[in-house]
Amino acid sequence: MSGLAVAFWILAAVAVLASLLVITSRNPVASVLYLVVSFFCLAGLFVTLNSHFLAAIQVIVYAGAIMVLFLFVVMLLNLGTPQWFDVAATPLKAAALLLGVAFVGALAATGLGGFEPAARGPASAISPDVLGSTEAMATALYSTYYLPFLVTALLLLVAMVGAVVLARRER
Amino acid sequence: MSEIGVGHYLTLSAVLFTIGVIGVLTRKNAIIVFMSIEIMLNAANLAFVTFARATGDLGGMVMVLFVIAVAAAEAAVGLAIIVAMFRHRETVNVDVFTTMRG
Repeated sequence: MSGLAVAFWILAAVAVLASLLVITSRNPVASVLYLVVSFFCLAGLFVTLNSHFLAAIQVIVYAGAIMVLFLFVVMLLNLGTPQWFDVAATPLKAAALLLGVAFVGALAATGLGGFEPAARGPASAISPDVLGSTEAMATALYSTYYLPFLVTALLLLVAMVGAVVLARRER
Repeated sequence: MSEIGVGHYLTLSAVLFTIGVIGVLTRKNAIIVFMSIEIMLNAANLAFVTFARATGDLGGMVMVLFVIAVAAAEAAVGLAIIVAMFRHRETVNVDVFTTMRG
């Protein structure tokens, strides 16, 4: 096995295990910490896909900013202990598990069924080695995708104002 | 089996997405439901990057950047809603909040 394959299997196993622990652990603080582990593994998988810029963004924005927000709310609401209500009824749990297995089977059947990427169009003038580099990403962001990029800035502003208004204590 | 291809990444993405779906369906703590949604967004991101790499199209990777930005906005607003809900009812049990049930 090549080094890339070893990295993939380790990262994939840890990501799946951490994600399973997120949805099974009773303590919300533990869930948040397992989710951080899962996000770090995803960042590693982005690196194996030669997408270094996204790996850095994943660590900074997801594992850094978003998870701190989650941890902050868990601590703020004092939810660091298991909640008595947080157990789904067994029939519902069984149904969810059954549906989940069927769902992953259907998705994996298409995923493993020998996906062949379509013939490369004219858009693939960039060589695969520099595809995920910061330079290529920046060039695309500030030329082809400049309008969505501006709208994203607007979205973040609206979300910030919305969060402040929602969390404000009424007088 | 030693060579890692597109199928492996897509299968991993499918597994992670399913874990997120099961989390949303079985947990009643609003914050854990929210974290399951983040797992699903990450699985979608992995699929996006995989396809971008396989087809040589940068659009998929740029889309991941937008997904991360939207996820950040969603987390801020969603957690603010959870804080407001907790202030209102002193709980984060999603079964309690049935006001908008038809």
